[in-house]
Amino acid sequence: MSVRIAGAPLDAADSPRVQPRARWNWLAAAGTEAKLLLVGIPVLLWTLIPIYHLVLFAISPKQEAFSGALFPEHPTLRNFEIVFGQRHYFLSHFWQQLWNSVFIAFSTGVLTLLIATSAAFAISRLKVRGGRTVMNLALFTYFIPAAFLAVPMYKTMGAYGLLNTKWALILAMVTIASPYAIWVLKQASDKLPLELDEAAVMDGATPPQLFWFVYLPLMTPSLVAIGVYALLLAWNEYLFAFLLLSRDTDVTLPVALGSFLAADDSPWELLMTTGLIYALPPAAIYYVFRRYMVGGLTAGAVKS
Amino acid sequence: MSGTRATTIDDAALATAPRAFRLDAWQAWGVILVAPYLLVFLFFVIYPVGYGLWLARDPASYAHLAADPIFARTVVNTLVFLIVGINLKMAIALFLSGFFTHERRWIRWLSVLFILPWAVPSIPTILSVRFMLNPEWGVVNQIIFRLTAEDGPNWLNDPRLGLALAITVHIWKSLPFWTLILLAGRLAISSDLYEAASVDGATGWQKFLHVTWPSMRALYVTCTILSMIWTLGDFNSVYLLTGGGPADLTHVLATLGIRYLRLDQIDHSMAAVVCAMPFVLPLVYVLMRRLSK
Repeated sequence: MSVRIAGAPLDAADSPRVQPRARWNWLAAAGTEAKLLLVGIPVLLWTLIPIYHLVLFAISPKQEAFSGALFPEHPTLRNFEIVFGQRHYFLSHFWQQLWNSVFIAFSTGVLTLLIATSAAFAISRLKVRGGRTVMNLALFTYFIPAAFLAVPMYKTMGAYGLLNTKWALILAMVTIASPYAIWVLKQASDKLPLELDEAAVMDGATPPQLFWFVYLPLMTPSLVAIGVYALLLAWNEYLFAFLLLSRDTDVTLPVALGSFLAADDSPWELLMTTGLIYALPPAAIYYVFRRYMVGGLTAGAVKS
Repeated sequence: MSGTRATTIDDAALATAPRAFRLDAWQAWGVILVAPYLLVFLFFVIYPVGYGLWLARDPASYAHLAADPIFARTVVNTLVFLIVGINLKMAIALFLSGFFTHERRWIRWLSVLFILPWAVPSIPTILSVRFMLNPEWGVVNQIIFRLTAEDGPNWLNDPRLGLALAITVHIWKSLPFWTLILLAGRLAISSDLYEAASVDGATGWQKFLHVTWPSMRALYVTCTILSMIWTLGDFNSVYLLTGGGPADLTHVLATLGIRYLRLDQIDHSMAAVVCAMPFVLPLVYVLMRRLSK
C-alpha cells in the first residue's frame, strides 16, 4: 500500500527543493485547522445557545427579553433582586424551596454513601455469602428506568404514610442512587490489594477497624465521586420530586420551576432567573470535582 | 492407633477453630453491613414492583389500553424517539469523540464547555428552549420574521415538529456523556496501531474502518443498549418541552404513565409500564451479561 500524497515525497527533507514542501505542509495544516473549526464552531453554538438564552433572559428587562434581542442592551440584576427578595407570588417560598433542595440533596448524598460503602465493603472485602446475588439485584435495579418505578413508588410512599414529606423523596433518591453507587464502589474496592486486609488481620484488626482505618482512607477518591453523584442526582430530580411533594413549602426548586408552566401569564424572565440560580451549584460542583467524576463514573461504563 | 487419630483431629480442630470463628464473625459483620441496602431494596424496590404488578393484574386494563388511540400513538412515538434519537446521538458522539482526540488548546477549552448540557439540570435549559420556540415572543420566530417578514411555524403545536424537537433536546442533553465515554474508548486504543497504519499509507477513513471501529465496536454496542434503556425512561425531554401535547400526540411511554396517574387511572398507568417490560427485560439481561463480570 503506497497511497502517498503527491507533493510530499518522503525524501523531501534531503532534497534542495524544501520550499514547495514547506508551503504544502503549511497548506495541509491550514486545511486541517479549517476542518476542525468547521466542526468546532457548530459544536460551540449548539452547546451554548440554550444556556446563553437562559442567561440573556436572566439579565435582561422583561420587554427586551420578549422582543427577541440577541444581546443584552441594558443588562440588569433587577430579576435577581425580585427572586432573592421573593417579590412575586410565584416566588413567595423561594428560600424555603432552595433549602429543601439543599437538604434533600445532602441527605441523599450522605445516606447513599453510608449504605453503598458498607454494602460494597461487605461484598468485596468480607466476601459475605450471597454477595454476588446482591450485586446482580443492584445492577438490575440500576438498569430499569427510574421513570417506570415512579408510579408504584408514589403509591408505596402513600401506603407508608411518607407522601408529602422530605423523607419520601430522600428515600426514593437513595433507592435510585445506591445500586450504581454499590457497583462502582465494589469495582473500586476489588482493585485494593488483599494483602492490606491480611496484614491488618494479622495485627488483630476486627472488621469495623479494617473498615474504618484501612478501607475508608484508601477509597476516598471513589467516595467523593459517588457522594457527588448521589447529591447531583437528587438536586436535579424533577419527576419524583413533583410526584412525591406537593405543598408549596415542601417542594424543591425544580418543582417550583415546573409549576410556572401551569399559568399562561408566567413571568418567564423570573423563571429563567430562578432556573439559572438553580443550575449554577451543580455546574460548579461538577467542574470542581471533574477529575474525580470523569475517572470514577466513566470507569464503570467503559468496562466491557 | 485410635488415640493418635483422635489427637490429629483435635489438633486440626484446634488449628481451624479460630479461623472458623473468625470467618463466622466476618460473615456476621458482612450481613450487618449489607442489611441496610437489602432493607432499602425490600421496602422501595420489591414492595413497589409487587404492588405495581398487582395493580396491573386486570386483563381489562390491557384491553382498554389497546383500544386507547393515545396508547397506540405513544408506542409509535416511543419507537421513533428510540430509533432516531439513539442512532443519531451515538453516531454524532462517535464522530465528535474523534474530533476531541485532536490536541489543540482551543479544543480542550471547547471540551470543558461541551460538558455543560450534561452538568446542568435539565429543567432550566429545557424551559429555555421552550421559550425560544414560543410562536409569538420566542427568539426563533422573531428572527424568522425579521429575515423573511413571515410568521414562523408554531413549533410545539405541531405533533411531528414537537416530537422532533423533544428528540433534539434529548440529544442536546445526553450527547456530552456518550461523547466522553466513546472518547475514553478511543484514547484506550494503542497509538502504535495508528502509526503502523500511517506507515502503510492508510487514509483517515481507512484508519477508522480498520483500527478504530474494530476496537470500539463492543463499547459502541454496550453504549447503544444502555442508552436505549435510559432513553426509554427519559421523562423530562418530552414532559417539559411539549407536555405530551398538542392533544396528547407527543407522549412517550415514560410520560404516558404519569398522564394516566393524573387521570386517576392508575391500573392503566401500571399496565402501560408492564407493556414495556418485554422490550426492557431482554436489554437488561444482555447488559448484565456484558457488565457483571
